[in-house]
Amino acid sequence: MTANALTGGFGAPSIDSARAFRQILEAMARPGTIRQVAGAAPPAPLSVAAGAVLLTLVDPTTKLHLAGAADCTPVRDWVAFHLGAPLAPAEEADFALGTWEALQPVTRFRIGQPDYPDRAATLIVEVDRLVNHGPALAGPGIELVTWLNLPETAAFRANRALYPLGFDTILTSGDRLAGLPRSTRVEKL
Amino acid sequence: MTAPAIAYNFAYLDEQTKRMIRRAILKGIAVPGYQVPFASREMPMPYGWGTGGVQVTAACLVPEDRLKVIDQGADDTTNAVSIRRFFQRTAGVAVTEATADATVIQTRHRIPETPLTEGQILVYQVPIPEPLRFLEPRETETRKMHELEEYGLMHVKLYEDIARHGQIATAYAYPVRVEGRYVMDPSPIPKFDNPKLTANPAIQLFGAGREQRIYALPPYAEVVSLDFEDHPFQATKAAHDCDLCGAKVSYLDEVITDDAGGRMFVCSDTDFCAGRRARGLIGRLGGDQKSSKTFANSFQGIWPGTEGAP
Repeated sequence: MTANALTGGFGAPSIDSARAFRQILEAMARPGTIRQVAGAAPPAPLSVAAGAVLLTLVDPTTKLHLAGAADCTPVRDWVAFHLGAPLAPAEEADFALGTWEALQPVTRFRIGQPDYPDRAATLIVEVDRLVNHGPALAGPGIELVTWLNLPETAAFRANRALYPLGFDTILTSGDRLAGLPRSTRVEKL
Repeated sequence: MTAPAIAYNFAYLDEQTKRMIRRAILKGIAVPGYQVPFASREMPMPYGWGTGGVQVTAACLVPEDRLKVIDQGADDTTNAVSIRRFFQRTAGVAVTEATADATVIQTRHRIPETPLTEGQILVYQVPIPEPLRFLEPRETETRKMHELEEYGLMHVKLYEDIARHGQIATAYAYPVRVEGRYVMDPSPIPKFDNPKLTANPAIQLFGAGREQRIYALPPYAEVVSLDFEDHPFQATKAAHDCDLCGAKVSYLDEVITDDAGGRMFVCSDTDFCAGRRARGLIGRLGGDQKSSKTFANSFQGIWPGTEGAP
């Protein structure tokens, strides 16, 4: 284990995680809105926002899948020390972390069961930037319509077609994040 | 923020528990109206006193929040006062009775009359989260019914109301359909409040502690009260004005005032009523009425154990 795996967690865990959760909740409840989080300093290539989401939601009871560049020794050590979450293959994961390319094919992830749609994966997708420009989003949490620069639309449209099953997505970039629950309808481009 | 008097973890629950509740809330948001099972904890209050709502509130609170707690619309009843004090002690959050000033509102069986806004969270205390439970006692069956969208039984129940009473007699916990998918129990709010569920700018979270379920309505979610074409849903209230503030549009409580059939109708939402009266709006009996707080405080020192309202 590297020494800096021990740093980069929340300084005041109960307060920092409360504030981070409130931002995540607002982001998921209002798809397309971009929120800011703070307090986490995970090792590269993880963003501050991805680190804060992990620290707020992931623990020894949830299986985590690290995809692509995120699956490296510093991140594994940091996850082991701060979260204690068991690492798992994509098909079993409760949470998955990586770039959109690294997470492909996203059809691998758990979408819940018809009687327990909550047993579905949450994807934490690292993106270069987040702006309210791109495909139009509509659905619960959105008054009329909003826009967000999604990495693609086809996969999210296919995911919406599975509703009430499907995975949920948190997009992270730097210290900013946006939510895209399975209930959101994504415009065809 | 005042320092908590006792060194609890922020908002009482341990971090592992809060993470579990937070994950359940997010899944509830992602599938509006679906009841997410969660590992409800014992709280330092009995089941039926809002243990589910308290756990959801604890998972959502941040130190900057201003918390409002209401019980049947009232800020000054035992349940509301004790939950408010619980979070003052364990989270050190500011509290308020004004709906417009609150960022988190925990409620038992009412939605405030003052319209909610973006940035607010309304947390409901739920006794029986399963709308089909009194029609089908087996959890395995009700789960299957939700899975298959098999909600005919609920319409049979509403139809039986019409057959027996000539109208849909269900007056509270009136079932709703969320986003055209899940039938949901809006908790025992009067059906007068049902129209406020839909397209609400606030986040609405529902916590059932004993039944171990959390469900949610994201902002602007479409929530439709079940009905029939020829018996459309009607939000009903007592056909009176508030006797204290004269409001015509608020939900009213009936209060028996003597042994001779005397009664008065007052707003169930105390903040709404007090706000109107502070603006000089007076109802039929409002002129010489004391506020409920002045009344409660008049017992101080006389009635054993009465601390008076804060």
